[in-house]
Amino acid sequence: MNTTSVLAIFIASIFTNNILLASFLGLCSFIVVSNRIETAISLGIAVTFVMVFTSAINYIVYYYILIPFKLDFLSYVVFIAVIAAFVQFLEMFIERFSPALYYSLGIFLPLITVNCAIFGAVLFMVIRKYDFIQSVGFGFGSGLGWALAIVLMAGLRKKMGYSKIPEALKGPGIILIVTGVIAMTFIGFTGMLSTQ
Amino acid sequence: MSDNAVSLPSAPGNIKPDRKKYRETFFGGIYTTNPVTVQVLGICIFLAVTIRVQNSIVMGLALIVVLTGTNLFVSMLRAYIPRRIRMIVEVAIIATFVIILDQLLRAFYWDMSKQLGPYVALIITNCIVMGRAEAFAIQNPPLISMVDGAANGIGYLWILVAVALVRELIGSGTILGFTILSTSWYTKNILFLLAPGAFITGGLLIWVINAINLSLKKEKAK
Repeated sequence: MNTTSVLAIFIASIFTNNILLASFLGLCSFIVVSNRIETAISLGIAVTFVMVFTSAINYIVYYYILIPFKLDFLSYVVFIAVIAAFVQFLEMFIERFSPALYYSLGIFLPLITVNCAIFGAVLFMVIRKYDFIQSVGFGFGSGLGWALAIVLMAGLRKKMGYSKIPEALKGPGIILIVTGVIAMTFIGFTGMLSTQ
Repeated sequence: MSDNAVSLPSAPGNIKPDRKKYRETFFGGIYTTNPVTVQVLGICIFLAVTIRVQNSIVMGLALIVVLTGTNLFVSMLRAYIPRRIRMIVEVAIIATFVIILDQLLRAFYWDMSKQLGPYVALIITNCIVMGRAEAFAIQNPPLISMVDGAANGIGYLWILVAVALVRELIGSGTILGFTILSTSWYTKNILFLLAPGAFITGGLLIWVINAINLSLKKEKAK
């Protein structure tokens, strides 16, 4: 059992162990969607929301269904299925109760199913042996950390639109390098606290 | 990915691919439409495992196996998979291969399995595998789909190893664990082992490859 306090896990997953800047997860949608701040914020919120709930549901499924029945070798398929089902359910729910929100957020929801940050957060939760509260804290923190990174990037990309970038470096090349610089600044937080 | 999809027949193709098609598919995966440098897919794992050459080789081989197997099965089942649920079927096939691979790694190569951590499982959500199944295997016969899978796997492997060579050499002064730059005069640059080094090396690599491709294109235009 991991004995780190929930607050420490929460803060660490935003700053020192940021899921995107330190564990490289969720980069595909990060590169594609970070071109506008508004969409980046919407996707960030959606990812945070889904991450909190899928961490919680997958925790229950893993420790109360898969482990007792010795089915943990199937865990990857089950995790993916839970994430996909949750996103599908969420989509239907939002569409039914808040069409406005559905139109601003709806198109991003299918993207989330294949966002490896969500699946990665669940895997880290199992590997680091978090308990239920820690898992939820970690999911929430990781989601916020991912949202923070993508919003930062969207802001920087807006500025970069005015700079002269070599032809071959445009697009993914410069995004990766700038992300590297952001990651470097986040390493500065490491002294604050670090957890595994 | 997109230029490949356009040139193919939209219905599940039963046209026999000729030798030229095989060659194009093979070199496409390795260089011209390389999954990492051209399509920028699957970089999550790419950045995480290039910390050491050995990890990169294992991950690259794993990807070759998963890609070839997935493409083969998706292609064989392409006439039977209903269009609307094809994504789920593809994920199930990919996950099967990844689980087998993960169990094998745990059984015979525990140290490596521990080092790669969650990144083996993350092959399931690696866009390359899904992308190849979706863009190629679902509309092509089995044999050429296998070639496509293997070629993309090899394309991924060599880029992984190239970046890992740089990072391991600068970051720990070793290659495959053998000391190349002796610590008596060389100060290890830890930055290259940390996340920023990964991002920056990856970005530079994409820059170099894009620059080469652009200059080749200009030469052709002349």
